[in-house]
Amino acid sequence: MEAAAGGGCGSGPPLLLSEGEQQCYSELFARCAAAGAAGGGPGSGPPEAARAVPSAATAAAGPVADLFRASQLPAETLHQITELCGAKRVGYFGPTQFYIALKLIAAAQSGLPVRIESIKCELPLPRFLMSKTDAEIRFGNPTELHGTKVQIPYLITEKNTFKRMDDEDKQQETQSPTMSPLASPPSSPPHYQRVPLSHAYGKLRSNTEQMHPAPYEARQPLVQPEGPSSGAPGTKPPRHQASLIRSFSVEREPQDNNSNYPDEPWRITEEQREYYVNQFRSLQPDPSSFISGSVAKNFFTKSKLSIPELSYIWELSDADCDGALTLPEFCAAFHLIVARKNGYPLPEGLPPTLQTEYLQAAFPKPKRECALFDSYSESMPANQQPRDLNRMEKLSVKDMADFPVPTQDVTSDDKQGLKSTADEALPKDVSEDPATSKDSNSLKARPRSRSYSSTSIEEAMKRGEDPPTPPPRPQKTHSRASSLDLNKVFQPSVPATKSGLLPPPPALPPRPCPSQSEQAPEAEIHPQLNRAPSQAAESSPAKKDIPYSQPPSKPIRRKFRPENPATENQDTSTTVGGPASAATVKPHAAVQKQSSKQKKAIQTAIRKNKEANAVLARLNSELQQQLKEVHQERIALENQLEQLRPVTVL
Amino acid sequence: MVHTSLDVVDEKISAMGKALVDQRELYLGLLYPTEDYKVYGYVTNSKVKFVMVVDSSNTALRDNEIRSMFRKLHNSYTDVMCNPFYNPGDRIQSRAFDSTVTSMMIQVC
Repeated sequence: MEAAAGGGCGSGPPLLLSEGEQQCYSELFARCAAAGAAGGGPGSGPPEAARAVPSAATAAAGPVADLFRASQLPAETLHQITELCGAKRVGYFGPTQFYIALKLIAAAQSGLPVRIESIKCELPLPRFLMSKTDAEIRFGNPTELHGTKVQIPYLITEKNTFKRMDDEDKQQETQSPTMSPLASPPSSPPHYQRVPLSHAYGKLRSNTEQMHPAPYEARQPLVQPEGPSSGAPGTKPPRHQASLIRSFSVEREPQDNNSNYPDEPWRITEEQREYYVNQFRSLQPDPSSFISGSVAKNFFTKSKLSIPELSYIWELSDADCDGALTLPEFCAAFHLIVARKNGYPLPEGLPPTLQTEYLQAAFPKPKRECALFDSYSESMPANQQPRDLNRMEKLSVKDMADFPVPTQDVTSDDKQGLKSTADEALPKDVSEDPATSKDSNSLKARPRSRSYSSTSIEEAMKRGEDPPTPPPRPQKTHSRASSLDLNKVFQPSVPATKSGLLPPPPALPPRPCPSQSEQAPEAEIHPQLNRAPSQAAESSPAKKDIPYSQPPSKPIRRKFRPENPATENQDTSTTVGGPASAATVKPHAAVQKQSSKQKKAIQTAIRKNKEANAVLARLNSELQQQLKEVHQERIALENQLEQLRPVTVL
Repeated sequence: MVHTSLDVVDEKISAMGKALVDQRELYLGLLYPTEDYKVYGYVTNSKVKFVMVVDSSNTALRDNEIRSMFRKLHNSYTDVMCNPFYNPGDRIQSRAFDSTVTSMMIQVC
């Protein structure tokens, strides 16, 4: 709907928004509009209840400006965006302009140049740093909301988001102070705390975004009501930051899995984990073993971080200080590197979500359950962590628990509930973002500007990624039945061959009969002509060959025949000797008889040859097929080897 | 003064000779006329030397304390060495190491 509205306006270039983006943007727009006192009515479109019908309202400049500033882009970039989106042209921020602007912000945050073309790409949602943890509010579970909170009947696709919201709501109640500043500019959507890492690392974002927007939007309405209430201070900003950090982690991986804790940059998402595990495997085939220091050093040096930073990351991640990285340690190190590449300052200590126990617990379980479980266990050790880390941990606990500033008040129940729900929710957009914005505090307003170096690491990672993910092996269909690929391959060539009428017959084994040897040379010529026969076609071409070769053989035969008769004639003539007349007569008669006999013999021989030909041709085609398959496998293996080589040699 | 103490340490090491590898080597006694301080030396198996300079105005530290401090220092140092990004001979920038050292110093003071 929004997209239609946005696209419909023709003031700017066609704007293609993904569903998630639509929701996010509509939400943002609604907030801006609401803040601007345009007061759109509750959005009826998506069940998520976008606040206002964007198409009918315009966003006031004030909230919009605040929102843009919250994106933490440099001023000139924001100016560029404003100009590009056409707001200046039309004089107001209509839905189209607003959406374009948001998209440009996302592009800028991803490190893309601010151009109209940028919005055509799939981009992560723009990030806005909000002191207020709108993100938390985002997942407003209506039932959870306390009376003061807003209702936001967002349909959270994920149950966990609901749960989260519960926690958030509670937390929000306890702390609202930070909310208040945010409340005033409701337009500043804190929920988009995604670090456009995903963009740099491979746009899995598109998947996640769709998920995220929903929760984000849910948060938004909550934010507004939250704003007025003022309560706990401090914690919100840190939470925000934590959410920022998380979102970064969300973006990390180009897999489609979105586990999402967008607000928790130190939490490894499922996609990220898979990626890390793949990278680990590329360096060390045995996942339960470790990577030696030198191997890891070579690998991490590719990330182009400075040696002291890498040294520090190693120090953080190598928990047992053994000079080698186990899989959890490796993932933690990789994650820290990714975070650093994306602009996050390195933490003072290893975040709980990156600790070995945590990750180890996560690893055995596939996907979400692990993450959920981890978040839970994480919250436990978090207690000992310094406040900032606590905040971050809280965020990790799906944002919900984190809200209460004082460390882990989060009831374990909530966490548990979150976890279970989060399980389902993980794949969908767990919109963590809204929840925790602790990041702001602990991480101190990281600069959102994407560093272009992130693209380099992305490339490095991709390079590294290629080897571990070898192309799918070709079907090992050694069955006689022609494989699909081969069929496809052969089918096009079949008509060609048929049309050519010069089917390359496979090399036929030497004919049993000497008479067939005549055919063999003929047949062999064809194989030499075309070595890549379509097997499916081979049988037919083979058959064609047979008739084709038959005629040539026939002339040969005929030659033989005349020769035979000639020889026979000669023989007979010589043997006969005697009276020339008799000899002449006899030879003639004998010749004639012989010729007829020979003809019959030849014909039977021909038939036999044809049958043998057919059988042999079929056999040959099958063998050729197998040969092709083996060749393909070999090529695939060689490719893999080539890909693996640069990674390991380095 | 540290360089002088290093020379003394070298002297000590060469004096050890043979296969005797004494990890603990407490060397007391470098007291300059103007500055009274004590220098403790400690050599690891890999011939890495730790030199600790203690101000004598401080209540004399017991031998055991010095030894324990050196042990901790050695452990921290091995942790630092584990880092593949660390080149032996570089200035140690490990935060954990620094924190350990600082805590030790604070303890003494």
